[in-house]
Order: sequence, then C-alpha cells, then structure tokens
Amino acid sequence: MSNAVSTAPGRAVGVKDSKQTEQRKAALAWLTVPALFFFLVFAVIPLAGVLILSFTRRDGIGAIGAAGLDNWFSVLADPGLYNALGLTFLIMIVSWLVQTPISLLLGVFTAGSQRYRAALAVLYFLPLLLSSAAVAIAFKALLDPNFGLATGLGLPFLAQDWLGVPQLALGLVIFVIAWQFVPFHTLIYQGGVRQIPKSLYEAAQIDGAGTIKQFFHITLPQLKYTIITSSTLMVVGSLTYFDLIFILTGGGPGNSTRILALDMYLRGFRANLMGPASVIAVILVIIGLALALFLQRLGGKDKQGSQLEGL
Amino acid sequence: MSTVLKSNAQEARTGTVTGSAAAKRGLGTRLRRLNIPGGLGGWLWLAVIILPVYYVVITSLKTQSGYFGQNPLALPTEPTLENYQSVLEADFAQYFMNSAIVTLGSVIPTVLISFMASFAIVRGAGRFLKLVNGMFLMGLAIPLQATIIPIYLMIIRLNLYDSLLALMLPSIAFAIPLTVLILSNFIRDVPNELFESMRLDGCSEWQTMWRLALPLTRPAIVTVAIYNGLHVWNGFLLPLVLTQSPSLRVLPLGLWTFQGEFSVNIPAVLASVVLSTLPILVLYVIGRRQLLAGLTAGFSK
Repeated sequence: MSNAVSTAPGRAVGVKDSKQTEQRKAALAWLTVPALFFFLVFAVIPLAGVLILSFTRRDGIGAIGAAGLDNWFSVLADPGLYNALGLTFLIMIVSWLVQTPISLLLGVFTAGSQRYRAALAVLYFLPLLLSSAAVAIAFKALLDPNFGLATGLGLPFLAQDWLGVPQLALGLVIFVIAWQFVPFHTLIYQGGVRQIPKSLYEAAQIDGAGTIKQFFHITLPQLKYTIITSSTLMVVGSLTYFDLIFILTGGGPGNSTRILALDMYLRGFRANLMGPASVIAVILVIIGLALALFLQRLGGKDKQGSQLEGL
Repeated sequence: MSTVLKSNAQEARTGTVTGSAAAKRGLGTRLRRLNIPGGLGGWLWLAVIILPVYYVVITSLKTQSGYFGQNPLALPTEPTLENYQSVLEADFAQYFMNSAIVTLGSVIPTVLISFMASFAIVRGAGRFLKLVNGMFLMGLAIPLQATIIPIYLMIIRLNLYDSLLALMLPSIAFAIPLTVLILSNFIRDVPNELFESMRLDGCSEWQTMWRLALPLTRPAIVTVAIYNGLHVWNGFLLPLVLTQSPSLRVLPLGLWTFQGEFSVNIPAVLASVVLSTLPILVLYVIGRRQLLAGLTAGFSK
C-alpha cells in the first residue's frame, strides 16, 4: 500500500496504515452476522436437532422424552428401512445410468451452433420451469389408459395400470424423474462442452481423427469435471426426490416406491412417529455426506471449487 | 467456475454470445458430421419433452365432453377458457399471491445478507471469517428434507405454524450456502486496484460494499436470485408440512389439493398446472438466457 514511499517516515505511515487495514478487515466480520444467524438457527440447530430427536419419543400429548437407542433398534430391525434403502439406491443408480448418457449427448448436441439446435434447446429446457407438483399431476393425467397418451397415439401397450403394478410404478417414477431432470443436466453439459478449447478439435482434425474418435478422445476426457459435478448433483439430489414421488405414487402401490425421504415423511407426519422418522433423517444425512465426499474424492483434489459446488 | 459464471452473466447482460461464439463455430463444423444420429436423437427427445406439454395445454382448453369424446391428442373442436375461469374462481389468485410473497420474502433477504457475508469473507481476514466460510461450505451438503422434523417442531414452538413467514425462514437459511459461495467467487474477481482506489478516496468498507462491490456483482446477484427464486416458487415440502389453512396455500400445494378435489375434472386440473407455470414461462420468454444462467447458477465446470 505504501510501495512508492521508501523514506523512513513513509514506512512508519505504512505500518500504521496496515494496522488500520487489519482492524478494518477484522471489523468486517460483523457483516456475516445476519447470514450466520439464519444459518445457525434454521440449518445448524435443526441438523443437531434431528440427531437428538432420533433418541427421543413423543407421547400422546406431544411431550418429548428420552428413548435411548429404542428408535434406532426398532428402525434398524424394520424390514421397511431396507426396502426404502434398496429402492433409494436402485432409483439413484438407474436414474444415473439413464440420465447421464442422455444429458451428455444432448449437452453436446445443443452446444452445436446450428440454428435448429438452438431452437430445439429452447424447448428442451421447458421442464425446468415446472414444479414437481405440476409434473406429477400432468403425468397422472397423461397416463390415463382411456383419455391419455395411449389412446391419443393409438399405442395400446401404453395403456397400463401404471400406478397399480409395482414394477410399472417404479419404472414410471424413474422415467418421470428423467423427464424432469435431464434438462438441468443437459444445461450443465452444454456449458462444459462450450468451454472445451476448439484448438483441440482443430488439432484432431489435422491428425485425421473422425467425429467418434474426437468424442471419445477429446470431448469425454475434457468433460471429466463436468461429469463429476453433474453426477454429484444427480446422485445426492436423488435422495430428495420427495415431492414428485409423493404426488405421483404416494410410495405405492404397497411400498414399492417408498424411498427414504418419503419413508421419513410418512413415518413422521402420517404415523406421527417423530423419533423413528428422525432416525431415517440421520441416515439420509449420512448417506448424502458420504456420497458427496466419495464423488469429490473421485475427482481428485486439484479442482476444489467446482466439486464443492457439487456437494 | 467463477469464470464460467462471469461469462454466463456477461452474455446475459449484453444479450450476445460473443464469449463462446468462436468455440461454437469450431464445434459446429465438428458436429455437422454427427448430424444423422445426433439429429434423430435430438428430434426424438423433442417428442418426449413436447408431447406431455402439448397434451397438458390442449386438454386444458377442452370441455368435459371434449375430453371424454375426442382423441386425446386432437386439438379441441370447441376450445374454451372455462377451465381457467373455474381455476381462478378456486382461489388461485390467492395461491399466486402467497407464492409471490414467499418467493420475494425469501429471495430478497437471502441475497442481501449473503452478499454482505460474501463481501466480508472476501475482503476481510481473521479466523472467525474462515470458520464462517467453512461452515457455509459444509452447509452445501445438508439436504433440506432431512431437517424437516426439527424445523416443524421449532416453527410450532415459535408460534409460526401455519404462516407464510414459516416458509420463508428455513428457505432463507438453506439458500445461504450456495448463494455465499457464488457471490464470494464473484467478488473475488473484482480487481484489487478498484478496492484500493475506493480506500484512497476515503470510503469506508461499508461504502465500498454498496458503491463498488454491489454494482459490479449485479449479474451474479441476478443469477442467484433466479436460482433461489425458482426453488422457492416450486417448493412443496415446506408448505406441505408447515401450513394447513387453505388461504395460505402456495401454488404447488394449491395444485396438489386442487387435483385431489377436482379429480373428475381433468381439463380444469391441467388448466391449473398451466396457470401455475405461466409466470415462469413469461420470465423464460423475456429473459431466457438469464434464466438458464440462473438455473445452473455456476454449476457448469
């Protein structure tokens, strides 16, 4: 700050200056107080609260008492938990397998400069505007065997009891999730593709590499961090597909689409079992954190920025 | 990432794609050869996206008898707006107002306090600020749903159950980490000389924040505001758990209950779906680039 001054008195001024600056910098801490307050009260405390609640029970009039490990034992002994865990991971993995290639290819496709691609992209992103409630309600109407898509397209095999047969309901949930979330990931991949230096492709063209070779040797490796970001968001996000499944199937038929987040809600707010529901919540947090850390590790340590966002 | 965000924001601001135009041209020549399978897949996916949207829109314009009598994908023979009328009569204006209040009441405080915190984190120093920053980063990994039970109990304790404020407070808290991350990355890119010259002009840090950092961060602020706004607007779990009065329903909750009550009148249900999306659709039409930039909120690379 006093770099132009080299005389002794000047230096003294400089020292005084930097002391002042330090004070100024420390005083800035006050500016974080409002954000910190909200975050502590409505995020940190609830997070601690959920852990504490998992060791409590509520009696008939709503008073909270200690329950030791009872909730944990009862939930861990409940086959419903393993059903929910299995479904959560099944939907997570299948969704990833379905959505990643589609989003990646669409991302590459929409990153192209052709007019019609830009026009298509405008329409591709429409599902991003809809709430999960709107999407679920629209698909319920769409799947009506008599007045829906099956009749409209004249394709009788689409006229199934989609919400009444476990396997069909599960498949439907995965499809609708993809319908809703592929556009978001397409957008991420589109951004990633646009960042690849074009000189790489020019060099490859001079070397005579074809389109497919270029895709596998340039596009795909260059998108490594985009893939990790998108996958992290997809995988961790899949833990919270609550609204869509709640409205579309309500977890049914039976328990065939009752994923963890839904299981937590139904236990806590329908069955009024806050203790066991809190156990499920803690499990959700642990799985989320573990997955985020695992995927972050997968990407190596040199790119903290983007991976932290992915969390 | 901050560079991506910046170029996104810049594109959004100037309404051009100068930044990526050159790169796109290179890609274009490359992709043109992929045309046949790529194009085929592109049109196929378009059908997957458009068919449901088309079905919802045309059905919402059909009469009950049209819905039962016509081919489901045929255009309505006697298009009608009466479904929209009955939706509006079913208090949708109220739901709309509630959604608007909750969204603005969450996004404005979120952006304001996050901006202040980001400025302090970037411009300040000391262990406390490092700790705060670390905590916000950790917060990115907390899924909101997992804390819904304690939030519900707290909101009851605070006598806020069944109020719009109950929806805003947790929404603000959960939007803070990502908002701080994005804004602080952006403030970090402001050249230090600018801050220095403000200081030499005798401005306090407080003045510097509002007169220098705020205008320079505006594109990023718009971006995070859109991102947060869409999440709050479309949110379902908080309203489901924290409100019960019909007069306090926000749009997604209103849609859901409407669907329950009017399940026999599918055209009206679908009209409610269209109506609830309309404001965002308008936003998409007038500011598509900005909206899309906001949606990824700097997630790209």
